[in-house]
Amino acid sequence: MELYARRRLSNWLVMGLSVAATAFGLLWLVLVLGTLLINGVGAITPSLFTQMTPPPGSSGGLLNAIAGSLAMTLIATLVGTPTGILAGTFLAEYARGSRFGEVVRFVNDILLSAPSIIIGLFVYEAMVIQIGHFSAWAGAMALAIIMIPVIVRTTEDMLRLVPSALREAAAALGAPKWKVVVMITYRAAVQGMVTGVLLAIARISGETAPLLFTALNNQFWSTDLNRPMANLPVVIFQFALSPYADWQVLAWGGALLITAAILVLNITARFVAAWSSFK
Amino acid sequence: MISPTVRPLMSDSDTAGRASADSAAVSQARRTPAAIPRLQPALMPNEAPGTATPATKVDLRNINFFYGKFQALHDITLPLYDRRVTAFIGPSGCGKSTLLRILNRIYELYPGQVATGEVYLDGINILAPGLDLNRLRAKIGMVFQKPTPFPMSIYDNIAFGIGLYEKLPKSELDDRVESAIRRAALWDEVKHKLRDSGLSLSGGQQQRLCIARAIAIEPEVLLLDEPASALDPISTQRIEELIAELKVDYCIAMVTHNMQQAARSSDYTAFLYLGELIEFDETERIFTHPRVPRTEDYITGRFG
Repeated sequence: MELYARRRLSNWLVMGLSVAATAFGLLWLVLVLGTLLINGVGAITPSLFTQMTPPPGSSGGLLNAIAGSLAMTLIATLVGTPTGILAGTFLAEYARGSRFGEVVRFVNDILLSAPSIIIGLFVYEAMVIQIGHFSAWAGAMALAIIMIPVIVRTTEDMLRLVPSALREAAAALGAPKWKVVVMITYRAAVQGMVTGVLLAIARISGETAPLLFTALNNQFWSTDLNRPMANLPVVIFQFALSPYADWQVLAWGGALLITAAILVLNITARFVAAWSSFK
Repeated sequence: MISPTVRPLMSDSDTAGRASADSAAVSQARRTPAAIPRLQPALMPNEAPGTATPATKVDLRNINFFYGKFQALHDITLPLYDRRVTAFIGPSGCGKSTLLRILNRIYELYPGQVATGEVYLDGINILAPGLDLNRLRAKIGMVFQKPTPFPMSIYDNIAFGIGLYEKLPKSELDDRVESAIRRAALWDEVKHKLRDSGLSLSGGQQQRLCIARAIAIEPEVLLLDEPASALDPISTQRIEELIAELKVDYCIAMVTHNMQQAARSSDYTAFLYLGELIEFDETERIFTHPRVPRTEDYITGRFG
């Protein structure tokens, strides 16, 4: 009976600690989201979506920054998704057990955890300095480089989850390897792979440091990818640090927009993941 | 009464299809023991002179197999006869699945696995380097222990394999898919839901779908790796009936852990132990008068 009481006590204790730790972690999330909502909701007005970033003291919106972020994220996704998926496929399907594959996987994991400011500096050196000026292209490249290792990793993980019996079954029908990969393995892993891409987009949509070195910012509407381009993270960075109250309000609005976008991406990713492999 | 030899490919009548399938199975089961010629007592029945043995479809000669440094098979020599079922039996790890996986060279998907020796399929050594593996696998179909439907519709599961070799007009493809599913005794259960996922079927149905998929590309040899071991008794019975029907057209090699299944379904049995072929003979003889004591110990359940 004494043993039982002791077990009950330790169970109670461990559970209490776990709950406390969870609450502590969630507390900050709630505080961050709460502050964001309280300060940001007021900034969400029609003009936020229709006007350009203003000079201090006058009213304006974030249209150029929203458009710039969308454009660069889109280009980064178009570059990063095929590269990441093909490299992940290489690791999972073609380089299993090979020394080279091990090395690539290791390097990819390093890239995955590389601070984004270093990626920004790299693209600054490799593109901005060479070309001679900041540009949206450089910004998109920096975002793509951040995205690629994420997609490589999720693609490889998802493909590895596909049972080898399925590959064997397809190969046993005489299907060439590329057909096994494209028509069987991809099909079996497609939800996980799409989820990975969505999470990678979420990951880059808030990145500031790499854009600071590459796309910089632009006060005006610009669709020229060879010129600096406005984007939400850098605008938030600049406006939030400014002493001007109307800039600070816009920064809150932008922060809320990014958070909402990431939330939507995550929810979509969850839906994709839950979506049964076959309707 | 419909003749058991006529397979109604186009008939939409459930009862007709079922009746003919059943009677075919029954006639097969009845026919089997008597139809097999007696053999001289020998490890190599096909070397016995003067006996009418069925045609050798696959001829394994001095097969050794290595998983890296570990030798899993030692000098296996064995014929597989056309239109007969050969069962590979033996305790776990004896190499029977390995032996099966040599026949379509599926082991080559994994680095470090090496087979030596020769396997002749209609006189052509299929272990020879430079052989087109995809063409080999078109001739030698395989069904695995766990049902492995592809993540696509029932229809596409069958059409996928056909599409690898032939570009057929839609109506012809429909016919081929239907006939394959019918031959796997699955048609009546799936004909109204061909567009549903193959994964939505029960385990037994999935396995018959896999068999349909394997025979849809019209192979000459069928390899069955414990095809019923993951299934319930009723599904198992259906698979066994199916095997009896299919052997009219194919050379079948089957790995099984189930002694009764080997005795019921096969014409020839190879008993393997620790990577060596201990005995190969007609199933009837293996199960009634095995010549090697170890075979007798195994089939009577004294070990294994």
